[in-house]
Amino acid sequence: MSAVAISSGGNEGELAFALAKDARRERWVMLALTIPGIFVVAGVLLSPVGWLIWQSLVDEGGHLTLHHYLTLFTEPKRLSYLLNTFLLSAEVTTICSLLAYPLAFALTTLSERLRKLCMFFVVVPLLTSVLVRTYAWLIILGRRGIVNNVLTNLGVINEPLDLVYNYFCTVLGMVHVMMPMMVLPLFAAMKSIDGDLARAASSLGATPSAAFRDVFLPLTLPGLFAGATLVFVLSLGYYVTPSILGGGKVIVWAIFLEQTVSFNTQWGPAAAAGLLLLAATVSALILARVVVGVKAHQPTL
Amino acid sequence: MSRDTEYISRWHRAWLYVLLSALLAFLAAPIFVVIPVSFSNTSTLQFPPQALSLQWYDRLFSSARWASSAYNSLLAAVLTVCFTIPFGTMAAYGLNSIRSRAGKLISASLMLPLVVPLILIAIGLYFLYARLGLINTMTGLVAAHTMYTLPLAITLIAAGFKRFDQNQEMVARSLGANRFKAFLTVTLPQVKFSILSACFLTFIASFDEVVIALFVSGGPNATLPRQMFNQLRNSIDPTIAAISTLLIALALMVFAAMQLLKSHEA
Repeated sequence: MSAVAISSGGNEGELAFALAKDARRERWVMLALTIPGIFVVAGVLLSPVGWLIWQSLVDEGGHLTLHHYLTLFTEPKRLSYLLNTFLLSAEVTTICSLLAYPLAFALTTLSERLRKLCMFFVVVPLLTSVLVRTYAWLIILGRRGIVNNVLTNLGVINEPLDLVYNYFCTVLGMVHVMMPMMVLPLFAAMKSIDGDLARAASSLGATPSAAFRDVFLPLTLPGLFAGATLVFVLSLGYYVTPSILGGGKVIVWAIFLEQTVSFNTQWGPAAAAGLLLLAATVSALILARVVVGVKAHQPTL
Repeated sequence: MSRDTEYISRWHRAWLYVLLSALLAFLAAPIFVVIPVSFSNTSTLQFPPQALSLQWYDRLFSSARWASSAYNSLLAAVLTVCFTIPFGTMAAYGLNSIRSRAGKLISASLMLPLVVPLILIAIGLYFLYARLGLINTMTGLVAAHTMYTLPLAITLIAAGFKRFDQNQEMVARSLGANRFKAFLTVTLPQVKFSILSACFLTFIASFDEVVIALFVSGGPNATLPRQMFNQLRNSIDPTIAAISTLLIALALMVFAAMQLLKSHEA
């Protein structure tokens, strides 16, 4: 920019032209800086997904067909996997919301120092491998785990209970994995609320519960929806926790996908199933954006 | 902040703190449970362990398979940082000064890895890599992890650029520094904490990534999470607890580093 301004003396039109050209070049340079990133996303994300789209639309003979998509809805077994996945995601999202809300709220009432200490327990799990967090539940709920030990010692039970490798354990494990991702946006939303508003409400005669319900809660809803959308969408495609804690009894969509590929190498059905998952994810994100104006984002710590 | 919530009664407050402690304990459960079990002297997952021993760490460190998978994960994570951070910094810098529609489109497409389910990407890559001969190679894994960590790095670094006054770089350039030198000497020192935190998070995200690694890393190039995942489905002896303890230590180190960076930034 500077070089142009110095060199082109002379008439003003020439200068304006040179500046415009310079600004244009500047824009191109800035666009060019994003090329490596775009290149990576195109090569490692768009091309495999594009290939899957193609596979989902052709049969073995290479003819165009919607067969793979139609069988997803006509085979009762597949339909039940799909419905189970939605149900599981909805349950996980609901439980996470109910637990994360009071947690985030309690955090806002703490002093700065105490809050930092508590945040440690929210953020460290987020940085810890999902496998570690899943394994922990095998120790807690396993046949010789804490729960069974305590119950046996208290004489409540004689034989250890089978608490792992089932639906309940899967929900528990997923709630545990997803919770921090709900707490962080909620906490951010709550912290930005002017505390004077609720105090004003109570000084004007509102009961604590009315002040909470009519003033505080509505202001925190965007944060709640942002967290809920994120958790729901991540749960829809979640693989690790259900496949370890479900013990083969909980077949979610991602497990069904993996099995279709690794046992039968059926690319068409697997591709169609995967794209249905993508469509569900994108619809949920768009819905959240249109209906409640929420932009769901991965928390960035 | 605490004075802003006087309208909550004392009893409610007491309940709230009981609930808070319970929920924090729930979140931190793995830390409380996995670490003691890793020092257990029996092969069953007994909690609390009856006696302490270091046998699982001994077994872990003497196993060639665990050592090689740990090495692979480390290498993959370091290489991923080497690609993600420069690419992410360039993209964040570029996008910071583009206000056009094209800029929005580019920025949205760079965030795609957060939107597309990981399992779908992994399956697509499994096939694509098989065709290209990239399956079970470090190249393939690092490419995939670069894609996976890019949105995170861009978001963090972009936040750094947003706080930086762009005019400072213009001043440096008008005083004779070329663009690159102006960036290195004026801009970079002011966003270095954002870039460093992006480095740490990229590293740990790649190191702990499971789903893509399950499909595209294997054989001699299997990563630690892949090895762990397979082991978890077969036997769950305390060797896993020993690795888990080391992974928790890694998470704690990253957390400490991030806190340190945050305090520098402020």
